[in-house]
Amino acid sequence: MGNVKRSPWLLHYDGSSCNGCDIEVLACLTPVYDAERFGIINTGDPMQADIFLITGGINKANQEVVRQLYNQMPRPKVVVAVGVCACTGGVFKECYNIIGGADTTIPVDIYVPGCAARPQAIIDGIVKAIALWQEKANNPEYVHAMYESQEEKEEKAEKEENK
Amino acid sequence: MAKQSIIPFGPQHPVLPEPIHLDLVLEDEKVVEAIPSIGFVHRGLESLVDKKDFNEMTYVIERTCGICSFMHGMGYCESIEKIMQVEVPDRGRYLRTIWAEMSRVHSHLLWLGLLADAFGFESLFYQCWRMREKVLDLFEMTTGGRCIFSVNKVGGVLKDIDDIMLQTIKVTLEDLAAELRIVSKTFMKDYTVESRLRGVGILTKEQAHNLGAAGPFARASGIKMDMRTTGYAAYGDLDFDIITSDECDSYGRCEVRIHEIFQAIDLIGQCIDKMPKGDIATIVKGNPNGEAFVRMEQPRGEAVYFSKANGSKFLERMRVRTPTFANIPGLLETLKGADFADVPLLILTIDPCISCTER
Ligand code: SF4
Repeated sequence: MGNVKRSPWLLHYDGSSCNGCDIEVLACLTPVYDAERFGIINTGDPMQADIFLITGGINKANQEVVRQLYNQMPRPKVVVAVGVCACTGGVFKECYNIIGGADTTIPVDIYVPGCAARPQAIIDGIVKAIALWQEKANNPEYVHAMYESQEEKEEKAEKEENK
Repeated sequence: MAKQSIIPFGPQHPVLPEPIHLDLVLEDEKVVEAIPSIGFVHRGLESLVDKKDFNEMTYVIERTCGICSFMHGMGYCESIEKIMQVEVPDRGRYLRTIWAEMSRVHSHLLWLGLLADAFGFESLFYQCWRMREKVLDLFEMTTGGRCIFSVNKVGGVLKDIDDIMLQTIKVTLEDLAAELRIVSKTFMKDYTVESRLRGVGILTKEQAHNLGAAGPFARASGIKMDMRTTGYAAYGDLDFDIITSDECDSYGRCEVRIHEIFQAIDLIGQCIDKMPKGDIATIVKGNPNGEAFVRMEQPRGEAVYFSKANGSKFLERMRVRTPTFANIPGLLETLKGADFADVPLLILTIDPCISCTER
């Protein structure tokens, strides 16, 4: 994968958000804020998505769903947690059914704070995510790691240990 | 008999903004049965009553749902006020009504947009959401928030709206009504839109009654039921009719909601004209003791708030019953015999709010 420059696609999943952040994400994609001018497009299909936007905390029922969506996405991928719920659990942190923020289940790259996160903040997060995604796609080490087989990974780990 | 197959629908699906899972039993292209499973958004919000005191709870209850957050806060506050026998000053009641009706306008516009999206009319979707931003701007100017406002408190409201702002609200909403009149023609008269809506998802009056449907979903089946007529907040002083439709199908639900937007704009106008002077909140002392039950008309239908207090800072129990929960049996009934391609549309016509339902 050489010097990639293309439009990343965006997948949005509502974890256990209160809808507040959720509709703000949708509002970002509509004419007034129009995040699509940065070259992204909203998709419903994880297998074609590059940027994963997650709102709301993780609970026992959706943990598997989130993990599955993340695993289905092709690499390189970037995860953006929108709203304090997705960052840490937010107001619902102490609820019995909430495990915590999105980073308890999948690796998160960018945190967008706010309750509800403002469209401006979300767009900022998306712009950062695009930059990070380009960087990942053009980083030979990262690209190489993507195609490494399990054995190669083990070999590498052994070498590191021997050092 | 044709072969039956089961198609899982959701929790992550392009038309669904929120996660709900349905197992659709199909016979060819027809849905025979739909089996729902929910729980993806369950947080256990009501359990926070023993960690947050009754004043802080207002802000937690607001986060039940980001679309009708204002009314959730208002319902909770009214239930506590009822326990403590606090009178909210007139101006406070009117301000609450204005914000509540503005929530209705934005919620219905949001729904119209999603509906347009569900039948693939992208530009209509964008039009609705563009108009909705105007209401959100008004919210931002008056409360500081776009989704979560946090202006309610036990005893009244936290922020006042001055006269100039009130006039701005009125003028902006009148402009919005004029724009909506143009857009609503597409919803009501366009041939393609009508063909997607008319006769789809029939729920007769009797069925709606037996299944306990609520809100615009029930009113579209001809049931005259609107909790605003009970006269909470300032609704007792205002003049309005219950909007119903006898179509009993998706078209009727769309019609009812469009007319409700105009009605809400009219109600806000009435409130602004009658706006009394005075305080916006009374000072509340002590802790609540007792229990109260409040019913309220959310954009999606009747919501019920129950609070039980024991004289300490923390409530004993807080319970919310939300309209989507009441509408799910009705939805399953309309899904039976529907075309597979109509399923997303039918799910939308009840205006589902899953995060309210599961809390
Ligand atoms: S951060 Fe706030 S607005 Fe966003 S999902 Fe959580 S509670 Fe709702």
